[in-house]
Amino acid sequence: MEELLEILEELHPEVDFETCDTLIDDKILDSFDIISIVTEVNSVFDVAIPAEELLPENFNSAKALWDLIERLQDE
Amino acid sequence: MSFTSYEFIAFLAAIFLLYYLIPKRFRWMLLLAGSTLFYAWAGVEFLLYIFFTALTTWGAGLWIGSINRRRRERFDAEKATMDREAKKAYKAATKRKTRWIFLACLLINLGILAVIKYSDFVIQNINDIFDANNAFMNFAVPLGISYYTFKSMGYLIDINRGKYEPQKNPAKFALFVSFFPQVIQGPISRYDYLSQTLFEGHDFNSTKVKKGFVRVLWGFCKKLVIADRLVPIVKTLAKGSDQYQGAFVLLLIFLYAIQLYADFTGGIDIAIGIGEMLGIKSEENFITPYYSKNINEYWTRWHITMGSWFKDYIFYPISVSKWMLKLSKNAREKLGKGVGKRIPVYLANIIVWFATGLWHGAAWTFIVWGMLNCVVTVASYEMEPLYGRFHNRFKWSNTAVYNVWQMIRTFWIMGAIRILDVYRDVPVSFSQVGSIFTTGGYGRLFSGELFTLGISAADFVVVLLGIAAMLWVSIVFYRNGNKKRFRDYLMEKPFAVQGLVMAGLLIIVLIFGAYGIGYDANAFIYNQF
Repeated sequence: MEELLEILEELHPEVDFETCDTLIDDKILDSFDIISIVTEVNSVFDVAIPAEELLPENFNSAKALWDLIERLQDE
Repeated sequence: MSFTSYEFIAFLAAIFLLYYLIPKRFRWMLLLAGSTLFYAWAGVEFLLYIFFTALTTWGAGLWIGSINRRRRERFDAEKATMDREAKKAYKAATKRKTRWIFLACLLINLGILAVIKYSDFVIQNINDIFDANNAFMNFAVPLGISYYTFKSMGYLIDINRGKYEPQKNPAKFALFVSFFPQVIQGPISRYDYLSQTLFEGHDFNSTKVKKGFVRVLWGFCKKLVIADRLVPIVKTLAKGSDQYQGAFVLLLIFLYAIQLYADFTGGIDIAIGIGEMLGIKSEENFITPYYSKNINEYWTRWHITMGSWFKDYIFYPISVSKWMLKLSKNAREKLGKGVGKRIPVYLANIIVWFATGLWHGAAWTFIVWGMLNCVVTVASYEMEPLYGRFHNRFKWSNTAVYNVWQMIRTFWIMGAIRILDVYRDVPVSFSQVGSIFTTGGYGRLFSGELFTLGISAADFVVVLLGIAAMLWVSIVFYRNGNKKRFRDYLMEKPFAVQGLVMAGLLIIVLIFGAYGIGYDANAFIYNQF
């Protein structure tokens, strides 16, 4: 989770990713950010997030994104 | 049958009355019959195209859905005994099974769209390059082919991803594809959204009917009173590019922005309003787009259903594809993290904007328009850290006044790019925009020439009042966080007030409509896409 928070904070240092759960709803992350996150996650965790998982509910908070990574690691 | 024709008004009245008169279970069938008639009005032969797309997509969706369902059932039963590799292999084997059905359906339908819409453009370019004289195909383009093909392909991709269960009834699916208010210019609805309210018969709800009716009337006002009134002056300025430069180009950028907004949002208001009168909910296609503070925001508020279609079905799949991630990884190792991170975003962005340009029309002006959007989008992305520092350093940049400046800046940048659509000639468009900085013409414009460009001073007054009305309605919406519209407030007023507003809008359309319904109303600009 720490590494994921680092990835996110590098994109938007001004956002508190530990508490924010409206990253998509409040348009904090845009489509370019999402792709940057996917490539970083792929590089750091060796997990490929497929297009069908690029849903608002998976990117609205760092916790949701972490759950997604864990689920994909498990599959 | 255009939305602004007498036939359509009669057709709509008949559909509306019948819809609430017949038993609920038959209502979707009435909508299918109505949509078929509406479509056949443009040419009975065109029904073949739309129903071919509907039938092939329905069949492929059902087939893929049944394979996916069987896989899921087996997977759920056996997953406890599988390790990670076995699960991966199982998933991959199913994907291989559905891949060919999916690709065949996708290629056939996109192929039809490509051949019908783009073959003459390709032939024209071949002829130009090789100085040849190949004959054109001159296909008649079926009504709304770009819209219904995208709607259908969105459904197919969703089914292939296992997002929802396929529709079993081919007639219901045909209604989704051909639903008459949406078939000419959108919104490009998603199946999982539209199907929630499309097939069930709805009780007559007077509030929804009134709200829908007000929206339809407002749509007609925007189209007939404002957009069509501006047609002559926009045409004069566009055709006389050698005569009207400098200040006149600025005027054209402004007027075309108003015309296109009134035309396209007017058409969408009519489409969504009709649905609302029948109890059917469509996605919003515009959320106060001219209040966007940058181009990325603009594209999340203008033609939203098209933008989200390209994002979900082209941008995301390309940028997170295996080969793209591999490319990104290699670039990261050899050229550094910054380059590696940017490659998927930039490549996918170029492809998406090229496709978006082509979607709008088979012409170089649209491709250049797409590429310019791409350049501005990427530049704005690259400037984000700089803007972040700027906003931190200068606190006044977070004030309302600065926000308004950002909106005005975005309005003019988008307007300048959009001018390609008006001149329909790439070099002319560039030189005209360049003339803003080199040629004056303000004296000419304000010494009376303004009223010789195709519309009278009285027309200008009507347009200005129309702009004020659009501005007021959009400010009401924007100020409450895009949650409550003018119509919602109106429904809280007594019926007499509501009746007065409806009668007022109707009278405005009848008296101030540029040409009057059914006489010589111009086609909606977005019908051609």
